[in-house]
Amino acid sequence: MAEELTPISNDDVVWMEEPEMGFWESTFLPAIFSGLKNSLRHVTDFKPVTQQYPEEKPDLPLNYRGVHRLNRDDKGRVKCVACMMCSTACPARCIDIVAEEAPKDDPLWADRDKRPKSFVIDELKCIYCGMCEEACPVDSIELTHIYDLTGLTRQEMKFNKEKLLEVFDQTKDNPRDPIRTHRGILGPASDFTSLPQVGPATQIPQGDKASEPVSTDVIKQG
Amino acid sequence: MPTVYVNDQPVELKPDERLNCIQAAQKAGVEIPHYCWHPSLSVVASCRMCLVEVGDKKPDGTVAMVPKVVPGCQTPVKDGTVIVTNSPKVQAAQRGTLEYLLLNHPLDCPVCDQAGECGLQDFSFKYGRAYSRLAEPKNQKKDKPYIGDQITLFTDRCIMCTRCVRFTREISGTAELQVVSRGSGEEIDIFPGKPCNNKLAGNVVDLCPVGALCSKDFLYEQRVWWLKGKNSVCAGCSTGCSIRVDQNKDVVYRLKPRSNPLAQGEFMCDEGRFGWKYIHSEHRLKFPMQKLPAGITPVSWPQILPALRQALTEAAKRAPEKLAVVLTPFMTVEEAYLLCKYLKSLSPAARLLMTPAPVVGADDSYPKDLRGQAAPQPKFTIRAEKAPNRAGVELVLHHFGGTVESLDSILAQVSQGTLEAVYLTAGSPEGWITDEQAKSLAKAKLVIVQDLLDSPALPWATFVLPGTSWAERDGTFVNHAGLAQAIHRGLRSPGDAWPDGRICFELAGRTGIFHAPTIRQEIAGEIPALAALIVGDLGDEGIFLKSAGETASAADSETQVPVTGGSRS
Repeated sequence: MAEELTPISNDDVVWMEEPEMGFWESTFLPAIFSGLKNSLRHVTDFKPVTQQYPEEKPDLPLNYRGVHRLNRDDKGRVKCVACMMCSTACPARCIDIVAEEAPKDDPLWADRDKRPKSFVIDELKCIYCGMCEEACPVDSIELTHIYDLTGLTRQEMKFNKEKLLEVFDQTKDNPRDPIRTHRGILGPASDFTSLPQVGPATQIPQGDKASEPVSTDVIKQG
Repeated sequence: MPTVYVNDQPVELKPDERLNCIQAAQKAGVEIPHYCWHPSLSVVASCRMCLVEVGDKKPDGTVAMVPKVVPGCQTPVKDGTVIVTNSPKVQAAQRGTLEYLLLNHPLDCPVCDQAGECGLQDFSFKYGRAYSRLAEPKNQKKDKPYIGDQITLFTDRCIMCTRCVRFTREISGTAELQVVSRGSGEEIDIFPGKPCNNKLAGNVVDLCPVGALCSKDFLYEQRVWWLKGKNSVCAGCSTGCSIRVDQNKDVVYRLKPRSNPLAQGEFMCDEGRFGWKYIHSEHRLKFPMQKLPAGITPVSWPQILPALRQALTEAAKRAPEKLAVVLTPFMTVEEAYLLCKYLKSLSPAARLLMTPAPVVGADDSYPKDLRGQAAPQPKFTIRAEKAPNRAGVELVLHHFGGTVESLDSILAQVSQGTLEAVYLTAGSPEGWITDEQAKSLAKAKLVIVQDLLDSPALPWATFVLPGTSWAERDGTFVNHAGLAQAIHRGLRSPGDAWPDGRICFELAGRTGIFHAPTIRQEIAGEIPALAALIVGDLGDEGIFLKSAGETASAADSETQVPVTGGSRS
């Protein structure tokens, strides 16, 4: 019965015996004194460990996920192409985007097909998982290091496009939230100057020349 | 029986069946990817996506294969044909074709409306390779935002399958679209000043296997994976096109035609395609209303139904021949039946009337020839009768001994006093009564209006029952040829409006909930003309009320001329 239940075969099981206690150990005195020593060390240690927030700001890890921002491209336009991948990926369903056609006659928008008309993130619904960042094909939505977000109403915590761009303007000079890429166009993802040296996702037959990595100057033309 | 072998799987064909390799493989449940081939259009074999290996099984059991891959769309099958769709040779051909099609195709799937239902995405995933060898910049062509009032063209996404061109030449016959230039300069375009605005133009968007032709109405409205579709039937005219209602969060975004050889074929007209906007009209009735001493007041359903029942019972007792229910060709068979049955249970002397279906112009058949005349063998007809279910409601009406009368004649009877209580059902999106006509309702003692939109009749109504559009109900529509098709509830109604079937069901005091297939079976048992509804579930294509022989002439004119290999355009 036991053989059926256990996932480990009995041959692999090594049975160990508890080590015997010596004389001093069985008096428990060494253990008591080592505990007292530890307590005394803490009693006599006057160095504080409390962080004096908000006077002192915490040192957050670089991959901390805080309030979102919407990045601008090199022309100052919102980079978002309103593909709604973030709101599709969002497990909390906190992103609401309405898309519109980019004005064709405006030279500023001539190279873009689609842009967000409204972009609202409910910062209270958000669980700060970072899936939106990962889903974004143009590196537009990013999570910043802003963690101390407060508001007086729920409505105030719904960040619209202007507010999210404002967060970008506030945080872009912070070395913790650098501008990673200026490119806002679709295509080979972001600012790669060379293709990553990873194999293709499909099985390649032996000797298929197509599977060899392309030269690095391929991407520069775009 | 002719037998075709698809990947070693025998498929039996009917003796007179003329199929190509794609269709034969479909019968075996094997998908042969294709772009340019479409069951209703001629064969051009230009996309080269459906390349398969084909052979012939000799009577002695040996198989002789054709030494190269051939386009499956252009290769007819016969007894003993062997089709191989998964050999390394075929897979290499499919990969090669896809790589070629993707050479100049922009990788703008995130902003493309077709993403999620795109042939190029699906087949690249299933049959393609995950990387490109193109070292040169892509051939980017300028977008053409105006192909028609409803159509925009993203030229760079086009894979030149020419389905749209063939559609305008063969189905609509208007031939607005064409291929201009040659080779890598090939583009779909219109002749300057001749936009693609025919009444079937919206179909080219559905036909486009990629995101090149897009509907301006739907452009950037929703991502397609958010849409939830329910099969239904277009209520625009009596053709009864099989469609799918795509909605998200109870907002309809588009209608798409479904393939139904019994009804209309593969397409639908633009009147129907874009004619659903009234579903979200601000004039929709949202709450039941009752005329109380204080004026017309919104009330709840549990309040209004007993009051309504009592009012009808009193009217039936007082003067049953002066009580009438006026049916409309916009209601389903079930609703008409429930209402007729209820009225007859109140008093057998009560009258059943029906307003005729609105008729606009004449039937409009396609393809058109150069002079705009319809071809002798129409492939698609937009009916002049702009109501979905005249035939079905009439069958119910005649069974219960009712008559079809114009609204004017009914209103004249109201003014003369021969009708005192009228239960008016409406549902027409166009408005069914004018202010002038509505004034004659003043003389009636009891006016019940069941409608989905605000109308001039409301000020005279004693009871107002907010109904729903066809997209929000379950039921049956019978088209001009006697084809009964099921419609399904695709979205919830606004406010406290109830699907009309439920209103009639609960008004009749029946217990349980309104379930269209059950009512259908009840109707089949009671009305001989609708006996075919006994199956309850009408399936995706619907069933003819009469046997196939009787309707053959009517159905033949509608179904597509079968396309077989060889006809090049």
